[in-house]
Amino acid sequence: MTTDALLKKRETVISPSLRKTRRKAWIYIPLVFMAVFYLMPVYVMVITGLKSFSEVNLATMWNLPTSINFENFAEAFTKLAPNFANTIFLVLPSTIISSFLGAINGYVLSKWKFRGADFIFTALLFGMFIPYQSILIPLVQFMHAIGLYGGIPGLIMVHVIYGIPITTLTFRNYFAQIPTEMVEAATMDGAGLLRTFRSIFLPLSIPAFVVVFIWQFTQSWNDFLFAVALTRNTSYPVTVALNNLAGSMVVAWNVQMAGAFLAALPTLLIYIMLGRYFLRGLMAGALKG
Amino acid sequence: MKINRERLLAFLLVLPSIVAVSVFVYGFIAWTLRVSLTSWRGLTPTYDFVGLRNYLLLLEDRRFSIALTNTLIFTVLFVAGCLIIGLIMAIFLDQGLPGEGIFRSIYLFPMAISFIVTGVVWRWLMNPAMGTRLSGLNLLFDSLNLDFLINSWQSTPRYGIAALALPAVWQMSGYVMALFLAGLRSIPDELREAAQVDGATTVQLYRHIILPLLRPVTLSALVILGHISLKVFDLIIAVAGKQVQLDVPAVYMWTTTFDGNFYARGATIATFLLVGVSIFIIPYLMYSVKTETKL
Repeated sequence: MTTDALLKKRETVISPSLRKTRRKAWIYIPLVFMAVFYLMPVYVMVITGLKSFSEVNLATMWNLPTSINFENFAEAFTKLAPNFANTIFLVLPSTIISSFLGAINGYVLSKWKFRGADFIFTALLFGMFIPYQSILIPLVQFMHAIGLYGGIPGLIMVHVIYGIPITTLTFRNYFAQIPTEMVEAATMDGAGLLRTFRSIFLPLSIPAFVVVFIWQFTQSWNDFLFAVALTRNTSYPVTVALNNLAGSMVVAWNVQMAGAFLAALPTLLIYIMLGRYFLRGLMAGALKG
Repeated sequence: MKINRERLLAFLLVLPSIVAVSVFVYGFIAWTLRVSLTSWRGLTPTYDFVGLRNYLLLLEDRRFSIALTNTLIFTVLFVAGCLIIGLIMAIFLDQGLPGEGIFRSIYLFPMAISFIVTGVVWRWLMNPAMGTRLSGLNLLFDSLNLDFLINSWQSTPRYGIAALALPAVWQMSGYVMALFLAGLRSIPDELREAAQVDGATTVQLYRHIILPLLRPVTLSALVILGHISLKVFDLIIAVAGKQVQLDVPAVYMWTTTFDGNFYARGATIATFLLVGVSIFIIPYLMYSVKTETKL
């Protein structure tokens, strides 16, 4: 077969889908329009953050910076550094503890159902949807009473507890796909509940761990309500500090934009690196894992 | 014997979580209800009993009715905006065009950002200044000759809350798109092919076959968006601070309780909020768990 014939043959093979694509090409217009809509705030954040102090001018806010300049990022970071530290000390323990707690709960509630297990599961799930205002007054009183008000450890505990519903749900949905026969087989071989969990379920549950990790990480990193209710000046996480920064009249708005970008960066990076798992995590949030 | 011991162990393992949620969710809700029946104001708790007085007073409260109207406007715009944009974008993305993955990621990334960051940026984009101080989106509209779009956003009298639905839709519509896309992908190809063999047009295919099949996804999306909308707090604080004309119950509860120290009234607002969310969450939860155990 000559090269020419080969080319012709390839053309007939690929042309239907190509023609289909071309006929549908107009769809790119709304797709691109919406992409511009979603990216616009990020564009504003980044270009404003990169502008030098002398370029701060609302009239030219959409223009690209004339020179690239990191002084705003440096200033925002200096202002927010202690708060970033607070957030990290909050987010890492709360994410790790939540994940293991959710794994144990999900395992038991899917594979070792005792009487009333489904009812308990439903009752746990309700905790995911409540407006936290409805528990806020007792929570603040309670945290004062047990001496955990105002610090990061108390906030970790609160995030772990209110994270129980979603982490349990994710692991229960995940473990439900693993055949119960595996538990039975392991029990026959003399392995107990914990042994079966450790040597069979835990190794299989990495994907679920990633989903829960991403979910809890973003939840506690982005939380504002619990943070503002339960922490003090020195222990403010970055969301509270950023909101205060934006509310103050003395901080230039390009520093605010740089700060906002820095505060968004960790969760954005996690999203970029683990995006496909992130999507799965969101699906779990829709109850239909 | 051994099995029984294992069952006990199973129960003991989930017991801490059960206790924690019992106290921190159910116990605290009961405590809030109790506070709403007192006259507690000021920093020292008072646990007297005044019956439903706070509820009756709240119903006559002008500020509370502003908050309810605002929530209604916000919810309708936010939910409708997310559902419409989400569905249309999902249908477009489902066509299997090259580059789909990139668009999907771009639509979804706002989900990863906090409402505080979103609010800090959008408060600059929705800058209401007019005339020579025009900036943000208004400035953009001006330079694109779309002057009719220039408005005073959240400073618009009475309907300012409508502007706040825009950043909320920006943040959540990609998520709804992802839900719908997953729903569309779960519809078997045979069904579409069969409809096309029978001579159905694309519009008929979507109207009579695909959209009805997406009903469960729509219900999930509706419940999720609805409860986010009733709970919205961070976004409003970050864009607008605590302004009376932009109050929603979640913000009003905060200012009443923690800025004004009217604890009993704050607890009453919180109870209203909880009842509002529960009315549609509880049936949905029971339905979800029931259909799932049947499978």
